[in-house]
Amino acid sequence: MSSKEKTAKAESGKSLKERYTEYRNSSKFQNDKKGFISSAKTFIVDLFRYIIIIGISYVILAPVIGIVVNSFFSDADCYNPMVYLIPEDPTLSRYELVIERLNYFSTCGQTLLYSLALMLIQVTVCSMVGYGFARFNFPFKNLLFACVVVMIVIPTHTIMLPLYITFKNFDPFGIISLVRGAPINLMGSTIPMYIMTALGCGLRSGLYIYIFNQFFRGLPKEIEEAAFVDGAGVWYTYFRIMLVNAIPSVITVAVFSMVWQYNDAFYSNLFLMSSDVIIGMKISTLQATIANTDKILDPNIQELYLDAGIVLVMIPVVLIYVVLQKYFIEGVERSGIVG
Amino acid sequence: MNNETTPKTETAEEIAETTVEETVEETVEEAVKEADAKKEKPRKGPSLMQKRMMKGYLFILPWLIGFIAFYLRSLIMTVQFSLSDLSVGAVGGYTLEPVGLDNFIYAFRVHADFKQILTTSIADMLIDVPLIIFFSLFMALLLNKKFKGRTLVRAIFFLPVILNAEAITAAMELSRQMMAGGLSTSSAELAEASSGMSIEYYIDLFGQLAMPRSILEYIVEAVARISDIITASGVQIIIFIAALQAIPGSMYEVARIEGATAYETFWKVTFPMVMPHIITNVVYTVVDSFVGSEVVDLAYTTAFEKNNYGLSSAFSLISTVITCLILVLVVRFIQKRTFYYN
Repeated sequence: MSSKEKTAKAESGKSLKERYTEYRNSSKFQNDKKGFISSAKTFIVDLFRYIIIIGISYVILAPVIGIVVNSFFSDADCYNPMVYLIPEDPTLSRYELVIERLNYFSTCGQTLLYSLALMLIQVTVCSMVGYGFARFNFPFKNLLFACVVVMIVIPTHTIMLPLYITFKNFDPFGIISLVRGAPINLMGSTIPMYIMTALGCGLRSGLYIYIFNQFFRGLPKEIEEAAFVDGAGVWYTYFRIMLVNAIPSVITVAVFSMVWQYNDAFYSNLFLMSSDVIIGMKISTLQATIANTDKILDPNIQELYLDAGIVLVMIPVVLIYVVLQKYFIEGVERSGIVG
Repeated sequence: MNNETTPKTETAEEIAETTVEETVEETVEEAVKEADAKKEKPRKGPSLMQKRMMKGYLFILPWLIGFIAFYLRSLIMTVQFSLSDLSVGAVGGYTLEPVGLDNFIYAFRVHADFKQILTTSIADMLIDVPLIIFFSLFMALLLNKKFKGRTLVRAIFFLPVILNAEAITAAMELSRQMMAGGLSTSSAELAEASSGMSIEYYIDLFGQLAMPRSILEYIVEAVARISDIITASGVQIIIFIAALQAIPGSMYEVARIEGATAYETFWKVTFPMVMPHIITNVVYTVVDSFVGSEVVDLAYTTAFEKNNYGLSSAFSLISTVITCLILVLVVRFIQKRTFYYN
């Protein structure tokens, strides 16, 4: 008999109670207890977290789901109280009519082009200005940067009237009235937006300048010093070296600028832009169009068409978001809205 | 030229002006100094430093023009409009007739809704801002830990920021009301029918527990607005998550070694460290909530539907001044209590 077997026999000889008290007093029990309590704690915390997250996600997603589902409802489904979320008789007729009435592919394409062009201007101008503020020293720099912050803080509606009047009688330094005899009326076109964006005052330009400024300040100066020593000029350094290094913030600003421009209603309303170019303008009159042109007078049914229209408008944005989701969130996290 | 005769004193001044971190400028200055030392004779043209300064101005030039032409000019024009009676001429020009403070007096003493809309807008903002800040901080704390589906959840929380087109929002609002109205009324009715309890009963109960009426009302209102608050706090949550991730892990280690509980760790480590970002978020939230407020709509309709441009400018100006005042006060208030780590 080996000593091991002996001890085993001795242990089995003990009563259950003895073994229990022994186990209770052992450090193993204390560890088990702690482990159990902590795992129970984590479980409860996790459960709590998931319940809250799922609940809130529902609050966010419910209207979107509602709109998407409604757009597939047929007339009968709309009035059937038994139908909830899953249409009994799904139809694509809403989409067919709405695509025709919105002239969807042309309008949406034009809006996307417009947003894309403005985005390119926005990125170029704002990154330049941000770089200027981040890396050069000049008199009144702090005062001017304070003006950038003022641009972010002051709501645009404060200056909407002067903007309207400025572009209604567009006449910089009297040049245009000198040539044409009268100031030019830019209302109803997209030109005012291009002018404003090119001069760094477009939709949320202040914010983008701020983002670029923060980002460029965070880049190491050694790169530029090396370029300077190697004889690169300021512009070469900026376009070929700094802008390449700033790709993450460029992408962030690009996607935000694109999406917000696509969604913007303030400027397109203010400058009375044509609804053939801006799909957001067209969607606001969609319900009336459906009612008047197609003689669909039941507001509940009209609502279904409107839902289909909204889904169509959302699709490009959602696609951009799904593909570039990482850049949106990481962009906010990292490129300087913080700080 | 003055610059050519006194290049040295100017560089010295500029050295004093530049901060230590501006190493690029320093190297430039050193180059200038060396150049000065080598050839004592006065140079022609601007110094390297001045050239760089000019280039800095060139970089910000587009924005500078835009700012002066659109923002500064427009702000001055808004003030001017608000102090006068504006009538649009036939050709497209306009004439201003100074009327002093009449527009402001009219806005406050005669106009039917302005005071009411202004106060509700401000009240809404004052209710919403703290709620949004607390909610987003809370959500950021929840989302900061690693768990399954974290990316998806963050994507969902950011969705409202992406889908905030005004046309869509208006339509969504309607649909949400329809859905929420249907759901909540039916479920509330069901709950009442099955268990005989109602929300009012609980409100009464808490009221009887000597909970102050105002706090109770605030909470009830907060619960009623939960959907608005959630949709408005997408960016704030992300900012707080970034702030939380920027806290060095060693701090938590120290806290654990010193035996701090999770509660203490939150108040002594996490909260002070995210405090500076609360200011960022408050500014963002206040601006954001004011842009979408009813005062803006009122100013818009007054100008473009009723053609009363002077009054509209007065509305805009009053609301902007009030927003800025609130911002300054709130930021001051928080700043006093903020702990800056760096």
